[in-house]
Amino acid sequence: MKNFSKYLLKKIGIMLLTLWLIVTCTFFLIHSLPGSPYVNQEKLTPAQLEILNRQAGLDRPITEQYFIYFKNLLHGDLGTSFQFKNQPVAKLLINRVGPSVQLGLQAIVVGTVLGVIFGIISAMKQNTWADSIVTIIAILGRSIPNFIFAVVLQYIFAVRLGLLPIALWNGFSYTILPTITLAMAPMANSARFIRTEMVEVLNSDYIELARSKGLNRWQTAFRHGLRNSLIPLITLLGPMAVSLMTGSLVVENIYAVPGIGEQFVKSIITNDYPTIMAITILYSVMLVLVIFVVDLLYGLVDPRIRVTGGA
Amino acid sequence: MADIESVLTIENLNISFSVFAGEVKAVRGVSFQLGKGETLAIVGESGSGKSVTARSIMGLLPNNAKITNGSILFKGEDLVQKSEKEMQKIRGEKISMIFQDPMTSLDPTMTIGNQVAESLRLHKKISRREALTKALELLELVGIPEAEKRMKYFPHQFSGGQRQRVVIAIALICSPEIVIADEPTTALDVTVQAQILELLKGIQNKLATSFLFITHNLGVVANIADRIAVIYAGRIVEIGTVEEVLFNPQHPYTWGLLSSMPIQNTNEKRIFAIPGTPPDTLSLPPGDAFYPRNKYAMKIDARQMPPLFRVSPTHMAATWLLAPGAPEVTPPAEVIRRRELFKERAAQAHASNTS
Amino acid sequence: MLPNELENLNLPQDAFEPLESATAAAECESIHSISLNFFRDSWRRLKKNKSAVLSLAVLLLVALLAFGSIWVSPHNPNKQDLAHVNLPPRIPGVSVDGFNGTALVSGERVDKYAQLHIPADVNFYLGTDGLGRDALSRLLMGTRTSLIIAIIAALLDLSIGVAYGMFSAISGGRVDEILQRILEILSGIPTLVVMILMLTIFEPGMVSIILAMIITGWVNMARMVRAQTLKLQEQEFVLAAATLGVSKLKIALKHILPNISSIIVVQMMFSIPTAIFFEAFLSFIGLGLKVPMASLGTLLSDGYKTFRFLPHLMWPPAIVLSIIMICFNLLADGIRDAFDPKMKG
Repeated sequence: MKNFSKYLLKKIGIMLLTLWLIVTCTFFLIHSLPGSPYVNQEKLTPAQLEILNRQAGLDRPITEQYFIYFKNLLHGDLGTSFQFKNQPVAKLLINRVGPSVQLGLQAIVVGTVLGVIFGIISAMKQNTWADSIVTIIAILGRSIPNFIFAVVLQYIFAVRLGLLPIALWNGFSYTILPTITLAMAPMANSARFIRTEMVEVLNSDYIELARSKGLNRWQTAFRHGLRNSLIPLITLLGPMAVSLMTGSLVVENIYAVPGIGEQFVKSIITNDYPTIMAITILYSVMLVLVIFVVDLLYGLVDPRIRVTGGA
Repeated sequence: MADIESVLTIENLNISFSVFAGEVKAVRGVSFQLGKGETLAIVGESGSGKSVTARSIMGLLPNNAKITNGSILFKGEDLVQKSEKEMQKIRGEKISMIFQDPMTSLDPTMTIGNQVAESLRLHKKISRREALTKALELLELVGIPEAEKRMKYFPHQFSGGQRQRVVIAIALICSPEIVIADEPTTALDVTVQAQILELLKGIQNKLATSFLFITHNLGVVANIADRIAVIYAGRIVEIGTVEEVLFNPQHPYTWGLLSSMPIQNTNEKRIFAIPGTPPDTLSLPPGDAFYPRNKYAMKIDARQMPPLFRVSPTHMAATWLLAPGAPEVTPPAEVIRRRELFKERAAQAHASNTS
Repeated sequence: MLPNELENLNLPQDAFEPLESATAAAECESIHSISLNFFRDSWRRLKKNKSAVLSLAVLLLVALLAFGSIWVSPHNPNKQDLAHVNLPPRIPGVSVDGFNGTALVSGERVDKYAQLHIPADVNFYLGTDGLGRDALSRLLMGTRTSLIIAIIAALLDLSIGVAYGMFSAISGGRVDEILQRILEILSGIPTLVVMILMLTIFEPGMVSIILAMIITGWVNMARMVRAQTLKLQEQEFVLAAATLGVSKLKIALKHILPNISSIIVVQMMFSIPTAIFFEAFLSFIGLGLKVPMASLGTLLSDGYKTFRFLPHLMWPPAIVLSIIMICFNLLADGIRDAFDPKMKG
């Protein structure tokens, strides 16, 4: 138990250090940007510019700005957006978290469930046509960039067939195409992962022992094979979260989903520093947390590597 | 042998593996019988086909292996002809198996209690509670301390020896008629080996189960087996009672095995080793597979496979040395010593019978 | 054996003469198979993997076309010609709609080439873009750029990662500890976020894209190289060299590097498609190269903007990008399996 809390503390320490570093680097990098945050800058007089700069706190020394920013950040104040006048960034983002999280969760559930099913079929029917089809799906899902999937799906199901809405966010049917697009990578990766794991597990001694008890192939696979293959799948959750974040940037743009990713791209184009910073930090926090949770989860789930308890 | 009922009769069993380089004949015409309540030890080097024979009885051969000829009669029914579904009913309930490596043969994510109870629930229509009660009984039988509490533990919380006890409990829970033990002590420490052997012996005495004991170690079988079959390159080269094989061996390979056993109370400083390596079963020599390593090899050995010559009603060996007209050879010193012991005991037995 | 069978045994005269067993034993123990060196053996295995061989062939062909187009290109990829704006593809001798110079204009097929009075011997196999540039020539140029960026990024990742990983492992102790913490922190930063930040700060271009990609790209390589080096250092041949007084640097270069080369190659093969993806991705969201440069990502991004009306500008780069990605992944899988048949996964 003592070991466990020590391990936990160390992990939390590293996590906080990482986050602090990200915040600091982001802050100084962004403030060294040559561009200016104001639209129609040419039309502003120097006096007007100065007033705007003072309002945004941009006239103070950079170190002071940093400390102010950091203090505000700890209070949950992410600053004011440049793009949308007088809109606090936090308020701007809070409405956008919903769609992004919904898409991300839908994609990860659909992707991993399908991927696991495909992986099992593939492993149980090794070297048959079913295995080949799964292998092909997996290589396509892993190789083809998600923005190409997005465009192709949009073209086929929305433009040509007219079955689903092309874009925007007005209910469940609007989530289908973006979800499928985002689910491709997790599906391909988990199918491939489960196949390899299952093939290895199915060759292990305890599977032979299970078979010697009189269990048939599928019973063996589900009672003993699947559980042992699913546990390591947890390690895939971290990379999956990263690829979902990456994917959401383009997918939300292509399908005009009012999510964080779409805002990020918009903010980059409009040089909206506070929003860029806020989203950078948000993404980093999410990622760092996911990795932390995956670490803990893996330790809790697998009795072999469980940190506490036992003999 | 004829006086006890046979539960398993293997007749001219041939098993081949198709591999990248060609066809490997792993088992070449093996025949033997296993009597009710009897323990037969199959002794051979790794790759000699002993494990493959065991797997074929279970119907658990790998995909690239095929039984090309022969029959495996279990109480009169040929297991070779059985479908996978029929075999599932036999596996675990009628014939069960103890595996070699207890560190890897238990599912790391399932509690011990559930793993022991699993095959009982599969074959007998009983409730989970009843199955677990029976599992507890078995775990106590195989000597797991605090079994009731530890049923809920996972395999990694047990030591190697205890895990092997659990594996034995799994094999015994349905009270099978045949238990195949595939090198059950090889992966264990020497002291634990002795304990496990002791446990298996105790179980033999308690239950009327037949044991097929597969090992590469002649020393292990002396205490536990009724009969021994020595297998080399997929063929039985010598088979007989423990007394006959260990103390009146006929085949030069058996001689080699016995001479290479470390023995207490001798003045020999060196342990004998059989020269050379087991043959490549992809391209076997035409005659006796053992002839290239055989000090006593004759020209016929290189040309023609020796048949099994009968030495006594229960003892057979496949060596041309037993053919009529073959020259007398002097076996190794260790074998001579053993043969003398054999004669003494036979004389004693004879004397006690006549008196 | 039954007695009557025994009688039937017709044994030759010399049957029971002793055999020279020594020669027989030697004969049976000679090794028949040919031994292969590691890379030749791997190559032999790779050649058996049909999809990997096919991928290699396709990639070589793509590279040949892309780099060959420096000298031989159907048209000048940068030449703007307002007389040839937005032409659909026309391939002489092909009459399939979409490749015969016709386009759908408000539901009707119109021969665009005829409308603009373009002579029959002037053809644009993949059409032209909004500035009258030849799409095929730009596609070849874009493919070249994407490949160059990916390969340079992968090579730099490799150099930094190998140097860092080996240095960390060989130094050991405190240095290793500190370098490991740095890696741990770096790997916690989302690659994507770093890349986007870098590209908002630096002027977008080839150099900044490559820089943005390698800032976090080398971390995985460094981790793996360190782990492998630590494993090798424990092995006897390295210990032996060390006891003989071979310097650390020499051990690293002569004993460790050759033994981890296969793992490095495999890792690099996987990092090339990743780099291609990120380049295309960044260009797609508008952080990529600036005109008149073209990469698969910028072509795709431009094509997407007009794809409802001019689909011929988007499909070719999308298809080429997908093919390159698939082939690199298949080849990387193949190479990994060939180097270590057990290392699947």
